[in-house]
Amino acid sequence: MSVVIEAKQLTSVRAGRTLFSALSLQLGAGEILHVEGPNGAGKSTLLRIIAGLLQPLEGEVWLFGQPQQHDPELWQRQTLFIGHKPAVKAELTALENLHFQTQLDGANNVDAWQLLETVGLLGLEDIPAQQLSAGQQRRIALARLWYSQAKLWILDEPFTALDTYGIELLHQRFQQHLENGGSLLLTSHQPLTWSGERLQKIRIEHNDEELVYE
Amino acid sequence: MNKASSWQLLSAVMRRDLAVALRRRSDVINPLLFVVIVVTLFPLAVGPGPDVLGRIATGVIWVAALLSSLLGSERLFRDDFLDGNLEQLVLSPAPLPFLALGKIVVHWLLSGLPLVILAPVCALLLKLPFEAWGTLMLTLLVGTPMLSAMTAVGAALTVSLGRGGALLSLLLLPLFIPLLIFAAAAVESTLVGTSAYGQVLLLAGLMLLTLTLAPLAVAAAIRVSVN
Repeated sequence: MSVVIEAKQLTSVRAGRTLFSALSLQLGAGEILHVEGPNGAGKSTLLRIIAGLLQPLEGEVWLFGQPQQHDPELWQRQTLFIGHKPAVKAELTALENLHFQTQLDGANNVDAWQLLETVGLLGLEDIPAQQLSAGQQRRIALARLWYSQAKLWILDEPFTALDTYGIELLHQRFQQHLENGGSLLLTSHQPLTWSGERLQKIRIEHNDEELVYE
Repeated sequence: MNKASSWQLLSAVMRRDLAVALRRRSDVINPLLFVVIVVTLFPLAVGPGPDVLGRIATGVIWVAALLSSLLGSERLFRDDFLDGNLEQLVLSPAPLPFLALGKIVVHWLLSGLPLVILAPVCALLLKLPFEAWGTLMLTLLVGTPMLSAMTAVGAALTVSLGRGGALLSLLLLPLFIPLLIFAAAAVESTLVGTSAYGQVLLLAGLMLLTLTLAPLAVAAAIRVSVN
């Protein structure tokens, strides 16, 4: 199975604290990597480094066998990052948010109404996003996943604020993505329903400055 | 895979910014009202004699324009920063300085251009002699893009600070001094009957320089801020 992403000897120090050192990981096509660890362990930092938002102190990240700096544009076109902040404009309605988001993602042929229906927001399309609940705003943000053609999804706590039905929906979408040869890198305190060889886990813990990698 | 070209992304970013700004009209209108109110205060304070007012009119209008450009300028990237859109801009396949220029242009359309249109009203309120109105508008037309660009640099630098507003004013106002000097000199030349071409061309040159370099500075500041 081809290697989609490879992190080599990553070291990150934030605010004088070593979050991880010499961390290496590999993720192939159709695989999922679940980053675990307590709050503040550096999970988000790791994801932001791999997304290209942060520079590691040492080490480098490779995508499709090329270093990140080699072709940043390929990187940005082939990865999709959704962080803690939903990137939803509070003043705009759900429909407008989806409309602009599809254009920013270069998916002009996507029907925003169809997308609204998929994520279960039909009927709420003309309410400004600031009046929607946290879970509904998250659904707007996650709607990107239903049209994204990116090979690698980097999701920071995607299940936050979602109800059980939303979580189930997201799991189904992840399954499709993996079957299409996509890869998924996520953090979550929620146990994942996957099992088997597709799921890898990495755990960042600091109690004895030890880094466990499964 | 995101196949959009840089131009498509630029247009999407600009249209979204415009849509958001039109939802919060007060943010657009308040700085303009501020200028009008400041300008109307002056005849009350220094007396309505045309000799005094006409002499200080250019200075008053330009200082009011500078101050109004600071009003709400910290909001330029603040909302994008808080809701996570700034991160997404950094991750967008289009060059970040290019998108930053788009945001500067939208800011100018909503803050600078209305000021240019409002200038005759202010000039009338302050009894600026009619022959200088054209020059005043011209200086505002080439000067306000500079205001937007510099404000964007300051806003991007202070976006991750909790309350960057006061710091932003202190950072930016000294940088506006050359602009103020040449704009006032241009109008002054027209009033004494000589050509204002020199000063206006100099302002235009400064504007081009600022618009070329500011997006690069904004992009660098944004990259630091999202860290």
